[in-house]
Amino acid sequence: MTQAATNLSGTGMSKSKSDLMVEMRGVNKWYGDFHVLRDIDFEVKRGERIVICGPSGSGKSTLIRCINHLEEHQQGDIVVGGVPLTQDVKRIEQIRRSVGMVFQHFNLFPHLTVLENCCIAPMWVQKKPRREAEEQAMRYLERVRIAEQAKKYPGQLSGGQQQRVAIARSLCMHPDVMLFDEPTSALDPEMIKEVLDVMVELAEEGMTMLCVTHEMGFAKTVADRVIFMDQGQIIEENAPEPFFNNPQSERTQLFLSQILGH
Amino acid sequence: MIHNQTMIDQRPAPSNTLGPVAWLRANLFSGPLNTLFTLAGLYVLYLLLVPTIQWAFINADWIGTTRDDCSREGACWVFVNARFTQFIYGLYPRSEIWRANIVFGGFFTLIAWLAIPRLPFKRWVAVFALIGFPIAAYVLLHGGYFDLPRVPTHRWGGLMLTLLLASVGMIGALPIGIVLALGRRSNMPIVKSFCVIFIEFWRGVPLITVLFMASVMLPLFLPSGISVDRLVRALIGLTLFQSAYMAEVIRGGLQAIPKGQEEAAAALGMTYWKRMGLIVLPQALKMMIPGIVNTFISLFKDTTLVMIIGLFDLLGIVQAALSDSNWLGFSLEGYVFAAFVFWIFCFSMSRYSQYLERKLNTGHKR
Repeated sequence: MTQAATNLSGTGMSKSKSDLMVEMRGVNKWYGDFHVLRDIDFEVKRGERIVICGPSGSGKSTLIRCINHLEEHQQGDIVVGGVPLTQDVKRIEQIRRSVGMVFQHFNLFPHLTVLENCCIAPMWVQKKPRREAEEQAMRYLERVRIAEQAKKYPGQLSGGQQQRVAIARSLCMHPDVMLFDEPTSALDPEMIKEVLDVMVELAEEGMTMLCVTHEMGFAKTVADRVIFMDQGQIIEENAPEPFFNNPQSERTQLFLSQILGH
Repeated sequence: MIHNQTMIDQRPAPSNTLGPVAWLRANLFSGPLNTLFTLAGLYVLYLLLVPTIQWAFINADWIGTTRDDCSREGACWVFVNARFTQFIYGLYPRSEIWRANIVFGGFFTLIAWLAIPRLPFKRWVAVFALIGFPIAAYVLLHGGYFDLPRVPTHRWGGLMLTLLLASVGMIGALPIGIVLALGRRSNMPIVKSFCVIFIEFWRGVPLITVLFMASVMLPLFLPSGISVDRLVRALIGLTLFQSAYMAEVIRGGLQAIPKGQEEAAAALGMTYWKRMGLIVLPQALKMMIPGIVNTFISLFKDTTLVMIIGLFDLLGIVQAALSDSNWLGFSLEGYVFAAFVFWIFCFSMSRYSQYLERKLNTGHKR
C-alpha cells in the first residue's frame, strides 16, 4: 500500500501497514443516478482522531457508513483493520465486530434495559457468559457516568443519557475504531456537553475515532485531522489549527464562515 | 420579583367533582337532552334485558333427560344438558373419554401456567407445551400405542376438535407467518417472490374452497394407496390459510420498526437472524399483539367451517344434535350455547392480549 497522497496533516510519518485502521482507495458510490461519494481516498491510522465536516448532503455520513457496510460502495477498495471489505457476509460481520458506531438518533433498543442494551452483543456475538457481560457493561456504564440508570429502559432517559448509553454499548464490543455519525445533532443544547465530555475522554485514552460533527470546539480540542467534504468529495484535509485559521479552499472558507460566523 | 415565598399546601378537590353522584351528573344527566337520552336508553335496555333474562334464567328448565322435562315457557337447557358429553367430545367412545379428559386437563393447566406470571420455569413449560404435550396428546387421543384402543379421527369432535384445530392452527400459523413476513421483505428475489406468491394465493382463496380442495381434490393428486387423514388435511389447509394473514399482520409490525434499529444491531456485528430474533421481531411482535390476537380469534371461529368437509366441531355437533327427531325445535338453545362457548374463548383471548400489551409496554418513545 502506498502512503496516502491526501495526508496533509504533517502528523504522520510513513507508518507500517498494520497501523492503518481504515483505508479507502478510489471509493465511489451512487444512489441511483446521484453520485454521493466521488473518488474518496483517505486513511486513518491507529489512535488517530478525525473529524469530518461539511454542508448537509455532502456525503459525510455516507462515507463513514460505508466503513462498516451499512451503505454499499460500488467502486474502489475499503480495508478495515487489514480486512478488505467485500460482499462476503462473514467478513462484513467480522469488520462490524471491530468497528463501533454511534448514531445521530442513538438507536438504542427500546425493548431492552440500559444494561441489556450493553450486554446483548457481547453475549450473542462474542458468546460471553451473562455475568461477565454484565460486569463489563457496568464498568463501561460507569465510565460514561450512567451506571445508576442501568435498570431503566431507554425511553425513560434524556437524549444525552441515551447517547452516552449508546457509546457504552459500542465500547462493550471492544472496538478498534469508533464511528460517530453526528452524535450531538439530535440533542438539546444543554445535553451536548455531557456527550462531548465522554467523547473527549475516549479520545484522550487513545481510541481511534472518526467523527462526523458540527461541533467545531470538539474538532479543535481533540482532532488530529479535520476533513472537509462537499458534494461527495474530500475538499480539504488538515490539522485543526491550519484548517480553522487558514483554510485553503474557497468552499471551506465559506462553510467555516457560515458555521462560525455568529 | 418574587410572587410567593411559602409553598401552597395541597388541598382536596371540590367535592362535587368526585364520587358516583358527580359522575352520574357529569356523564348521564348533564342537561335536559342528555337526561332524555339516558332515560330512553334505560327504557330500551329494560325492554331487551328483562325478556332475555326471563327466557334464559327465570323460566328456563335445567334438569331432566327428555324434552318432556321442559315446560317450554323459557329456554330448555335440558337439551344442552342431555347432549353435553357429545358437545364436548363429539363421537369419542364413552369408555375412552378419560383420555380426552387428561388432554383437556393438561391443555388448560399449561395455558394457565404460561398465563399466570408468578409460576416458575416458564421456558421449560413452554418447550413442553410446544413439543412434549402435542405428542402426548396425540398418543392419548388417537391411541394404538400402549394397549390404548385406537380412536380414529372421524370420531373426534365437539369442543375438543374445535380446540385442537384452533391451537394447532395458531401454533403453526405464527411461525410460518413470521418466516413468510421476513421472506417478503428479503433482498433475495427467489425467496421474496415465493413468499409473495404464497401469501397472495392463500389470501385470495376463500377458506371454504381451501377446505373443499383439501378434502376432495387433494386425494386426486396423491398416488393411489396413500391417503392423508381428513383431519390432517383440514389442519394443513387451515394453518397455511391463516399463516398468510399472519404474515401480513407481522409485516405491518416489521415496517413500523425504524431502520435504525436494524442498523444498530448490524453495527454491533449481529447476523441477520440475530438482528431479527433479538432486536426487530421482539419489538414488531409486541407492537402487533392486537393484530395477531385478532387473527387468532378469527382463526378460532373459522374452525367452524370444517363442518362442510364432514368434521364435527362444536358448532357442527350442535347442528347435528338439532336434527335429532327427539329434540326438534330447540335450535335456539343449541346455537346460544355454541355462541356462548365461542364467546368465552374469544373474549378470554382478547382480555389476555390487552393484559399482555400493558405488561410488555416499556413506555418507550423513540
